[in-house]
Amino acid sequence: MRSLFKFKGGVKPPTQKTQSVGEPIAAAPLPSHVSIPLHQSIGGTPRPIVQAGDRVLKGQKIGEADGWISAAVHASTSGTVVHVGPQVVPHPSGLAAPCVVIEPDGLDTWIDRQPVDISALTPEAIREALRDAGVVGLGGAVFPTHGKLTASKTVPMEELVINGAECEPYITCDDLLMRERAEDVVRGAALFRDLLQPKRVLIGIEDNKPEAVAAMAAAVKAAGEGFEVVAVPTRYPAGGAKQLIRVLTGKEVPAAKRSTDLGVQCFNVATAYTAWRALAYGEPVVSRVVTVTGNVERPRNYEVAIGTPFAELLALTGPRADTQGIIMGGPMMGFLVPDAQVPVVKATNCLIAHSTALFPPPPPEMPCIRCGECARACPHELQPFEMYWFSRAKNFGKTQEYNIFDCIECGCCSFVCPSRIPLVQYFRFAKSEIWAREAEKNAAESAKARFEFKQFRDEREKQEKAEKLAKAAAAQAAKKAAEAAAQAGAGENPATDVPALDPAAQAEAAKKATIQAAMERARVQREAAQPRNIENLSPTQEAQVASVDARRSDTGENENNQ
Amino acid sequence: MITAVAVMALGAVILGFALGYASIKFKVQGDPLVDKIDGILPQTQCGQCGYPGCRPYAEAIAKSEAEINLCPPGGMEGVRRLADLLGREVKPLDAEEKPKAVAFIDEATCIGCTLCIQACPVDAIVGAAKQMHTIVAPLCTGCELCLPPCPVECITMKPLVETVENWKWKYPVYEIQAATPRKAA
Repeated sequence: MRSLFKFKGGVKPPTQKTQSVGEPIAAAPLPSHVSIPLHQSIGGTPRPIVQAGDRVLKGQKIGEADGWISAAVHASTSGTVVHVGPQVVPHPSGLAAPCVVIEPDGLDTWIDRQPVDISALTPEAIREALRDAGVVGLGGAVFPTHGKLTASKTVPMEELVINGAECEPYITCDDLLMRERAEDVVRGAALFRDLLQPKRVLIGIEDNKPEAVAAMAAAVKAAGEGFEVVAVPTRYPAGGAKQLIRVLTGKEVPAAKRSTDLGVQCFNVATAYTAWRALAYGEPVVSRVVTVTGNVERPRNYEVAIGTPFAELLALTGPRADTQGIIMGGPMMGFLVPDAQVPVVKATNCLIAHSTALFPPPPPEMPCIRCGECARACPHELQPFEMYWFSRAKNFGKTQEYNIFDCIECGCCSFVCPSRIPLVQYFRFAKSEIWAREAEKNAAESAKARFEFKQFRDEREKQEKAEKLAKAAAAQAAKKAAEAAAQAGAGENPATDVPALDPAAQAEAAKKATIQAAMERARVQREAAQPRNIENLSPTQEAQVASVDARRSDTGENENNQ
Repeated sequence: MITAVAVMALGAVILGFALGYASIKFKVQGDPLVDKIDGILPQTQCGQCGYPGCRPYAEAIAKSEAEINLCPPGGMEGVRRLADLLGREVKPLDAEEKPKAVAFIDEATCIGCTLCIQACPVDAIVGAAKQMHTIVAPLCTGCELCLPPCPVECITMKPLVETVENWKWKYPVYEIQAATPRKAA
């Protein structure tokens, strides 16, 4: 048995998991429509490649990954695209984002699924295949998986951590996935192992899930792999990547560093599962397991097509009459969705039917008494009370000095606060303000750089023009001087009139002469080209001409005024 | 007596050299205050303050020739930060504060005259003579300098809308519920 380490802080909320583990994962029936947000991962927003009216098949790509850190999105069922445009998405803001809405034809026809021969592919090709299959971190952060599958060049890869801890109350989707589909999870872990070449593979599962631990251990044995399945003590947030790495390996990931810098990489079990499905079965990520629980009659886990409206999924479990709203995610880190029609996305691991009996409204916030409970509970060893003071005072520089960006918003501090201060909300506010200011500052700096360059360019163009004119003028002057000399003959000194002047005055004079000549030419041309169509005009035509002339002179005046 | 004078004179000479050396060696190029003020200004280069760009305005503020409340794009927030930096009093903004907007060219009306391209201080408009022009929205600072030169008035200002990307968490505020009055016993 491995000796385990501890992370500081953490809390033990009631787990509330038993309700939803009684029954196996069920396939949710096809919804009335699916609304698939294009931006379902960290990174670039995929470009839609279908239009309203197109017929699509299940698994057909509808959004092309934009850039390396981005992941493709796919149709989650077969049917007709009815709309491509903004729709409400599951986000705390309740704002709309670009989505593809598909009306299912009820057949759920797959595309031609092509399994990939993994042994024949280079690591780069595998990473590309994962990106095109839309494989992202399903633990909640939805970071594109292929972006994490490149080992650090300087640090040797020590451990690969597969995260099956699932520490947040109510959520059981990873538990059920490991119980029922352990084989594919293990194969996915082996795929990651092949790409990263770590010395050890550790599968961390909280010890309140003995069935999952047993199933995974059996699957590892059956696959003949040397992975270690480790039961870790149940304590929230043991499933945080940095916490699980700490518990399993004893390594503490420092602020502003990544775990790869210490030779550790961490993936969720569902990510391993989808990665394996994507390559070995040719199935892109079009569905995921979602726990539906809370204030419902029959809590259960469902395999749900991405894009299914929350309301239709919740209806399967029989929500009780006093249900008000739906929480996406767990009770610690989740949020109440603003609209029950928002679609299931890749980040949706759990829906909790919300009722005031289950989650009473937060009691009024009391003043901070500086008891320090939050600092004791913080798994990142931050000082939430200090960050709270400065966020509250909008002193954002100070919050950064207290490392607010290391906060994972796990909610432990708010959970233990005896004054019931919504600390995490203050931190989220401070973080988004800091980001907005940073963005503004960068925009101002780039605007300034462009402005300065424009000024420089204008100046340069002016100079170049002047130089060109001077050169032309000098050439003209030289020519004239030569002509004058030829005309004057040998008796007079040709150098007396023009070359006596200094070159600048000469150029000036020549320029003036050129302008004079040009004006003269233009005048002659104008006179030569007298309009011939104004003879024998009818009175109406004359009136028209007069009005046009009047308008022209008006515009001329306006221009002069400006 | 003479020694004392000599010592003082020697001291004066040494210190004089030291100061002279320091003034050459540690000379500060330019005015650092102007840079700091320029850093606070929003760099829209719009000229609404009456100066031809943000830097000239910053220089005028540094010389105490200009008030700090002349920059509408910077808003009250900008005035407050300038007041903080300079130790001056916060004054209400000398203009109406508008929501941030970016210019938009109606491409059906645009005649391709390039006048707006010449007017744009931050190169946020692309196009060529007799070709349609368009605004590169992320680069537009909303200075409105392209509006007056347009001969066909095809440029309008569109306020920035909140999206999922630029949405911000709000300051936590809780409504205080009115207490239910107790019935007199």
